[in-house]
Amino acid sequence: MVEVVITNKRTVRDPEGETIHKHLILRKGFNSVKNVRAGRYLLFAVESETPEKALEIVKEICEKLRIYNPVVHDIEVRLRG
Amino acid sequence: MVKVAIMKFPGTNCDEDVHHVLKNVIGLDSEIVWYKEYVTNRYDAVVVPGGFSYGDWLRAGAIAARNVVMERVAEDVSRGVPVLGICNGFQILVEAGMLPGALILNSSGRFVCRWIRLVVENARGPWLSLARDRIMLDMPIAHAEGRYYIDEETYRRIANVSSIIRYAQGWNPNGSLYDIAGIADEKGLVLGLMPHPERASEPELVPRGFSPGGRIIFDSLAYSLKKGW
Repeated sequence: MVEVVITNKRTVRDPEGETIHKHLILRKGFNSVKNVRAGRYLLFAVESETPEKALEIVKEICEKLRIYNPVVHDIEVRLRG
Repeated sequence: MVKVAIMKFPGTNCDEDVHHVLKNVIGLDSEIVWYKEYVTNRYDAVVVPGGFSYGDWLRAGAIAARNVVMERVAEDVSRGVPVLGICNGFQILVEAGMLPGALILNSSGRFVCRWIRLVVENARGPWLSLARDRIMLDMPIAHAEGRYYIDEETYRRIANVSSIIRYAQGWNPNGSLYDIAGIADEKGLVLGLMPHPERASEPELVPRGFSPGGRIIFDSLAYSLKKGW
């Protein structure tokens, strides 16, 4: 299983994360939380010989099919478990 | 006979409105074309209308943009065929890389639907041939992902070259950078905008205090296809 996490770049504002942070977390007194970013999570079930190969396949998909938009997003691709 | 293709993806829902305006208001022959049936070299212009192609899943426009039909549209553009993307159509053109920048969630985080005022800069090309520079246009917007984003370097490169449609001062509804509501490629052949010109082409649809600012885009096309641009 390969996980893909897509979030806005640091320079791109994220209204959902800001709202969760400001209007929920800080209001309830969890002041140690300094920032929240919302994003999108995809889980790929890939058949492959090795986990590393699965990771490569998903990375290729993310680039070629523009699963994320490089203009505004950061992406993290990692193995689960 | 001049013919305009109105591209329909699963989830497109403004195709009939565009068709109505082109046919009954402007008098241009047009056809709603299911995306699988689009062929190159057949149409004189293409409109990618608004809606929710593929349910806006992944990102608005992202799935339609990767469809082979957009490669065909790009091929027609390279032969000089004008393309207009409205709302979701603009999102598709940006996702397909046919226009610069990106369209992301409104700064309010919500869907916004209201009339706004626009200013056109560097007006030219087939979609703006009748618009004089700095002309003010009124149109409605209706979108959740309309916050235009562009990196500074790209913006500086295109700012004085491309046609840009900006929200007039105080009218930016979504946090778009540089108040950008719409943008064209450098030749003006491909234009995308978040506001809906097809909903602002007849006085009957315009609320008090506004005027039908969308019509000039379709009038420009009719003029340009006849006389050039």
